[in-house]
Amino acid sequence: MLTVKNLFCERDERILFNNLEFELKTGEVLQIEGQNGSGKTTLLRILAGLLEAYEGDICWKNKPLSEARDAYYQAMLYVGHLAGVKSALTPEENLEWMMQLAPHLNKLSIFEALKKVGLYGFEDVPCHSLSAGQQRRVGLARLYLSTAPLWVLDEPFTALDKKGVAEKEALIAHHVQSGGAVILTTHHELNIPQINIRHLNLDSLK
Amino acid sequence: MNFFFAAIKRDLRLSFRHRNDIVNPLAFFLMVAVMFPLGVSPEPKFLAEVAPGVIWVAALLASLLSVDGIFRSDFEDGSLEQMLLSPRPLILLVLAKVFSHWLVSGFCLALMSPLLALMLFLPSEGVTSLMISLLLGTPTLSLIGAIGAGLTVGLRKGGVLISLLILPLYIPLLIFGAATVQAAAMGMPTAGYFAILGAILVVSIMLTPFAIVAALKISIRG
Repeated sequence: MLTVKNLFCERDERILFNNLEFELKTGEVLQIEGQNGSGKTTLLRILAGLLEAYEGDICWKNKPLSEARDAYYQAMLYVGHLAGVKSALTPEENLEWMMQLAPHLNKLSIFEALKKVGLYGFEDVPCHSLSAGQQRRVGLARLYLSTAPLWVLDEPFTALDKKGVAEKEALIAHHVQSGGAVILTTHHELNIPQINIRHLNLDSLK
Repeated sequence: MNFFFAAIKRDLRLSFRHRNDIVNPLAFFLMVAVMFPLGVSPEPKFLAEVAPGVIWVAALLASLLSVDGIFRSDFEDGSLEQMLLSPRPLILLVLAKVFSHWLVSGFCLALMSPLLALMLFLPSEGVTSLMISLLLGTPTLSLIGAIGAGLTVGLRKGGVLISLLILPLYIPLLIFGAATVQAAAMGMPTAGYFAILGAILVVSIMLTPFAIVAALKISIRG
């Protein structure tokens, strides 16, 4: 699916990674590791097409990202540190907008998705009165809605409780087994025994 | 098209939940009309003469006050990233955002302007022209302002920079806008002025969305 060759990125005169290469195939999970400030988020933003300050090639289905941008955006789901949840809107309104913005979020109805993330009954409460974990769940409801094959997730488990983490792990396993692929950063030890997780340590590249 | 209306609906909903953002520019607008006669001279004849310019300057600054916020909150909570990643046309989204900004700023300012005209003794012949000139001019203020907002959204303190970037581009509008009202107040024909304001608006609608999209991409993608 995604091929990365010779990736080089420098920020504030510090080389974050040099000669980074990997290939992500369907059915794979790539966990990016590294200490704080090692460039995990930067790498994910580059892979999501949100940052263009890099050198090297990123190819989506053998086409350079710059040419395949439209196809890529229809096939990729990015959930960043900031989940794009508006605190003044209710979870229902937030999801409604997310689905407008990204047509590939069409697997379930809004209410089914809210039920899945455990926010059933909270659909009319403005997000600023929800807890941090619940707000995170609103952003992660995208995962239940998405039909995109590639997921790029930046610290998806922050602020989630144990049950929430286990549910997301099961969801990732299901997604990968049904032909998807996931790239994620997390400091949490992934507990998905049924699939093979590849690791990429950014510290070892320096 | 559905997407366009959904975007407008979302932004209006957000505006109405942050009522401060709507009331602030309007209060500023009104405040100028209240303070100006106190500071300069309450003489009706003098006020009638300067009213067109004062009202237009106040509208322009009030619009500038709110334009910084068009993309700010979406940038801060990550919504803007998701917008750039959307397969939907960004130009449509940007137009929707600017339009909803105008509805809660410029449009309300234009609706309020007769009150200011009354307070500043603007001759009654000029009031309709004042409203129409503001209705034609303020959308351009929002469109041009959005370019500056897009360029400075990634900066922590973009407030001053945005004024420096945009104010020079507001000047032609101020000149023609105030001149329209002045001409109308003196009973002279205004069709030519309206035509110019309309032309500026049409050109802005055609060209600025591209600039706004480019500005946002520069700000986010680096």
